[in-house]
Amino acid sequence: MPADLNLEAASPELTLAIGAMALLMLGVFMKRERGELILWLSVLLLAFAGVLVAQGSGTVTLFNGSFIVDAYARMMKLLVLAGAGIALVMSVEYWRDRGGLKFEFPILVLFATTGMLMMISANDLIALYVGLELQSLALYVVAAFRRDSARSAEAGLKYFVLGALASGMLLYGASLIYGFTGTTEFVKIAAAVQPSGVSLGLIFGLVFLMAGFAFKISAVPFHMWTPDVYEGAPTPVTAFFAAAPKLAAMALTVRVLIAAFPAVTIEWQQIVVFLSIASMGLGAFAAIGQTNIKRLMAYSSIGHMGFALVGLAAGTPEGVQGVIVYLAIYLVMTLGTFACILAMRRNGRMVEDIDQLSGLSSTNPFMALMLALLLFSLAGIPPLAGFFAKFYVFLAAIHAGLYALAVIGVLLSVVGAYYYLRIVKIMYFDAPAERFEPMYPSLAAVLAVSGLFILLYFVNPAPLVAFAGVAAKSLF
Amino acid sequence: MTIGLSHYLTVAAILFTLGIFGIFLNRKNVIVILMSIELMLLAVNINLVAFSAFQGDLVGQVFAMIVLTVAAAEAAIGLAIVVVYFRNRGTIDVAEIDLLKG
Repeated sequence: MPADLNLEAASPELTLAIGAMALLMLGVFMKRERGELILWLSVLLLAFAGVLVAQGSGTVTLFNGSFIVDAYARMMKLLVLAGAGIALVMSVEYWRDRGGLKFEFPILVLFATTGMLMMISANDLIALYVGLELQSLALYVVAAFRRDSARSAEAGLKYFVLGALASGMLLYGASLIYGFTGTTEFVKIAAAVQPSGVSLGLIFGLVFLMAGFAFKISAVPFHMWTPDVYEGAPTPVTAFFAAAPKLAAMALTVRVLIAAFPAVTIEWQQIVVFLSIASMGLGAFAAIGQTNIKRLMAYSSIGHMGFALVGLAAGTPEGVQGVIVYLAIYLVMTLGTFACILAMRRNGRMVEDIDQLSGLSSTNPFMALMLALLLFSLAGIPPLAGFFAKFYVFLAAIHAGLYALAVIGVLLSVVGAYYYLRIVKIMYFDAPAERFEPMYPSLAAVLAVSGLFILLYFVNPAPLVAFAGVAAKSLF
Repeated sequence: MTIGLSHYLTVAAILFTLGIFGIFLNRKNVIVILMSIELMLLAVNINLVAFSAFQGDLVGQVFAMIVLTVAAAEAAIGLAIVVVYFRNRGTIDVAEIDLLKG
């Protein structure tokens, strides 16, 4: 038995994979009323995997160095597990209103989450590809989950076609990197790449790989699937898409660039700066004309990924720390906002028009206040958490000498503030529309917790920043 | 003339480009898009196997095997989604995939 077959470090992934298959069997053999039971068992399983993740310590590699568990992996895994679990909890009532939950939904979410954990821990191009595909294949199906809805099916089809294209580009890049360095392991790639005399083939490979990653984090110019998929997919699925997979793909991008290509930082920095500015710009301008709140959140998430990339562009431990804090705060803001979107119901139907929020402050003051807080935070207004998230990444960019990028970022975040504040204006100053149905307790709880977190974050930001600092250091 | 590594890479690059153009220029049928995706993945496999053979390193062939396996799963899921789409709309014409836009 090889010395490094230390399965304990991979226990969260193994637990999720085996647990998901066991729940699948349970779902198949149980007769009725199985969907919600399986969903709650899945949430328990995710929480259990989170406990297993939190128990690890130090840096462990296994499977001949293709799988690594370090402080960075643990931090990102906890965020992803939290995002997936909360998205599942928020979905319960949505499915109940639509004639019951099919038990395959939580199982597919579990498989996608397993793939995300594998991506975060990948230390080899093959492990990276397998984890990414496990995630993507499950997500394609979840996007098309409402089989009777033409819009859901179309979202799934578009996501599938463009996702497969991105996987193909990523693979082509991986094959070139393998060819020009002679290895697929990140550590050996880092050793094989020398700053002097970088071959053209390797740069080509890196560009293709980055194109694949840019698709997965929906950075411009590979963002075109995002608005359509966000709008067409069932709303709880959209909440899940906006939370967990984005984080996992970003975590993967950071690890690949920092761990495998430290020698060519100058080259990939240019690509990241371009992706970042383009995403921030499109996120700010294209969202202005949107009337559907799910589409608006799609453009918002494109913009936020651009801001997170600012930290990565710095390429320093401080920058990576900024990215991690940004993603953590983005996760909280997104889940809170989607709790509001899921609560926009009238006569048992979801309402998605932004205009329908008008006068919310008089019909539902709690929801209006929390949503306003979240929107202010998304816009980056102090002293809310969203401001600190942006502050850390811009500070890292300035320390790395990327003054132009930081200035452009700040200007674009001002442009972006416009469409967030417009929603606040609609909620507080327009004539009240018909009242929404009462909010479900689970959504209200998520909304209250996320609202309080972003409001009170500035009181004690040290723990999150310190954890992120330890996580970022473990990468370098 | 001996066939060298660059010949394999050229063939793979041509196949890969054909795959990409097949996705973007095709205005008729979703099945053609699925075929184009397969073409891209096969181009990657040619790359991997050629690199593997010329470097005397087995990892590339292992990678190619894994890509083949995943490609099969991907095709199955793609076809399933196309079937779901067809049941809803009664067509798989690419020009009519336009419910969501803006």
